[in-house]
Amino acid sequence: MSRIFVSGYGAVSPAGWSAGELQRVLRDGKSPPIQPLDRPGWEKPLRTRAVPAPAARPSFLAHPRLRRSSAITHYAAGALLESLAGLRPDSSRHVGLIVCLQSGCVQYTYRFFEEVLADPATASPLLFPETVFAAPASHLAALLENTPLVTTLIGDPATFVQGLALGADWLRQNRVDIAVVVGSEEINWLRADALWHLEHGAIISGGAGAVALCREPEWSAGVELASVTKAQSYSARKSRMQAARAMREEFRMAENELLCDGLGDSPRTDAPEIAAWQDWTGPRLSPKTILGEGLMAAAAWQCVAACAAVAEKRFSSAIASLVGCNQQAMGVRFQACPGREKSDTL
Amino acid sequence: MNLSSNAPPLQPRRVVVTGAGIVTALGAGWAKNEEGFRAGRTAFRRVTLFDVSRQRVKMAAEADLPERMPATLLSPRQSARLDRASSLLLLASVEAWRQAGWEPSEEIPVVLGTTSGGMPLGEDYFRQAVRTPRLHRRQATRAFQYQAHSQGRIVLDALGLGGPATLISNACASGACAIGQAWEMVRGGGAEQVFAGGYDVLSQLVFAGFDALQALSPTRCRPFDKNRDGLAVGEGAAMLALETLNSARRRGAEILGEITGYAMTIDRHHLTQPHPEGNAALAAMSQACAAAGITPAEIDYVNAHGTGTPLNDGAEAAAINQWAGARAATLPVSSTKASVGHLLGGAGAVETVVCLMALRGQWLPPELALETPDPACRFPLVTRARDARLATALSNSFGFGGINATLIMRRWE
Repeated sequence: MSRIFVSGYGAVSPAGWSAGELQRVLRDGKSPPIQPLDRPGWEKPLRTRAVPAPAARPSFLAHPRLRRSSAITHYAAGALLESLAGLRPDSSRHVGLIVCLQSGCVQYTYRFFEEVLADPATASPLLFPETVFAAPASHLAALLENTPLVTTLIGDPATFVQGLALGADWLRQNRVDIAVVVGSEEINWLRADALWHLEHGAIISGGAGAVALCREPEWSAGVELASVTKAQSYSARKSRMQAARAMREEFRMAENELLCDGLGDSPRTDAPEIAAWQDWTGPRLSPKTILGEGLMAAAAWQCVAACAAVAEKRFSSAIASLVGCNQQAMGVRFQACPGREKSDTL
Repeated sequence: MNLSSNAPPLQPRRVVVTGAGIVTALGAGWAKNEEGFRAGRTAFRRVTLFDVSRQRVKMAAEADLPERMPATLLSPRQSARLDRASSLLLLASVEAWRQAGWEPSEEIPVVLGTTSGGMPLGEDYFRQAVRTPRLHRRQATRAFQYQAHSQGRIVLDALGLGGPATLISNACASGACAIGQAWEMVRGGGAEQVFAGGYDVLSQLVFAGFDALQALSPTRCRPFDKNRDGLAVGEGAAMLALETLNSARRRGAEILGEITGYAMTIDRHHLTQPHPEGNAALAAMSQACAAAGITPAEIDYVNAHGTGTPLNDGAEAAAINQWAGARAATLPVSSTKASVGHLLGGAGAVETVVCLMALRGQWLPPELALETPDPACRFPLVTRARDARLATALSNSFGFGGINATLIMRRWE
């Protein structure tokens, strides 16, 4: 038995604090407003699409480990808990946690290094631990409690699919009952500045997405993780264009299939993915054109959008295409399967 | 990969090491490091890479880069642009690669552990962005290259590999987790050969961070000493060529050792402090032994995480005492961080190579600077290098955030 199913998904994005909000905005095709982000030393602000404040203070913020954590952990916690919400809490159920990050904990890193440059003798010891890539995963593990396996993967956005493949491995090896893959990013001006230097037109965004995987078909949300492509790494011998094409060639077109691509508003950055999928005639969805460049969070939104499209029976299957910015191209296909009824909490 | 296949799981395969590369402040290469550890050298000096004049502590174990990097498949442009992290990683990679005698391949995955990748480039980016906000020169390159997967790309290009490159950032357990994940891939049939290890460079942010936490020793790094007062930071890298025993035999490769067990656990006690009883450390050691199919009585040497901080060493000592039981009274333990510092994401990989050195050379790596052993340690601490009969060694790595990892290695005879 090696089939792997999606038991749930969650999202925090500029659309709001749920996968439902994400779906609503993607369906409407109406982008959340652009907000200015002051860039010290520049007259013109940078542009962002930020996560709105939640309608009510999330209860998880009362957890002592999340008290001093930054937005990246809050977003990740929101998406994670939503992805597990369909399953009744059960302390005997072991959850594996894979947190994927590209920029990581930039807010506290910025604050801490600013203090170090001003005077290292007075730099805050409270900030430094929160700068570490592993901090969000640590907080989430403390929040869930029953997590025997936890790891943090860093890389470009296609790393989220590496995370799905790793989670599937953990499940196949019977090491956990559920494997949740979370992608999360937060905004500050330094990260926006770095993105501006790589792509002037990019609109930066933050948030998180989570996909929960399981072995048991009766836990499924009506979605199966059907296939994951090889990781097509960029190298001296394989350009980004070639890697994107190699990834795309692993998919045969299927009936009633949705493509959730990673296109944004950057012709230069998007060119390899556009070329790879130029023969695609089916429906497609480009979350980043609506929500902004959320890096790992955006990769997670693509996968969440693909899962939701299948779970809501709008499509028989959906592909998420992740042509990362500087590491690798990977793709994942989700397909419909019998799932639990909505009221059926296990 | 089609996830719906009904292929039966493979029998676990034996995983051996056929190449190892190491660079620390003791030098670049297995020979220099083995000689340094055996001679009982320490490698700490005043930090020169950044300004430490306002820091409480001013010492670290800085590595020296060679004037010329080894020849690789990197283009002249890539070679000219190597940052410090990539250089350290490349030195270890080339040594391991040559020793293994592997050929360029599109089928060899790379798994790397790091805490901060090319952080010094990120710091340069920050300084320029803040101090001269209208100056854009080199910023795009820095934004690109400081990311850890850029160092992964350097390894792929230098050795002619197709990847994938997986980057694990589990704080100070990153290097051990990278080797552990590689071991699981080979053992479980996911790959015939995997190139894995860890690296980290000294950076102002991390140094200042540990100093702000008052985790750095203002005197000397003395793991498991009753009067220990903190850790010392170091930098470096280590890489291992892991492959199935069948693959190594088919190639007629020299086998440096076998990795027989690995486990990773999570300590939820606190973001930066271990559970005082070392519960997760105990679980990691126990589970790694179970994976290796051995008992603590069969372990001949423990290379402890042993940072030199009061909390870590106390928790680890408690865990070793409980895990080893009666065996603790005669089980040699040392922390080689007293020689080369704490290499953070590189620590687990470097200490794995140290264990392989010990197993091959049949000697015990010493823990220098120990004056008064902490009475909590019911095990003997190795204070000078000495010959010993070793068949199996265990290495611990624990990280901020609570990831605990243990690797077990066996001598190859």
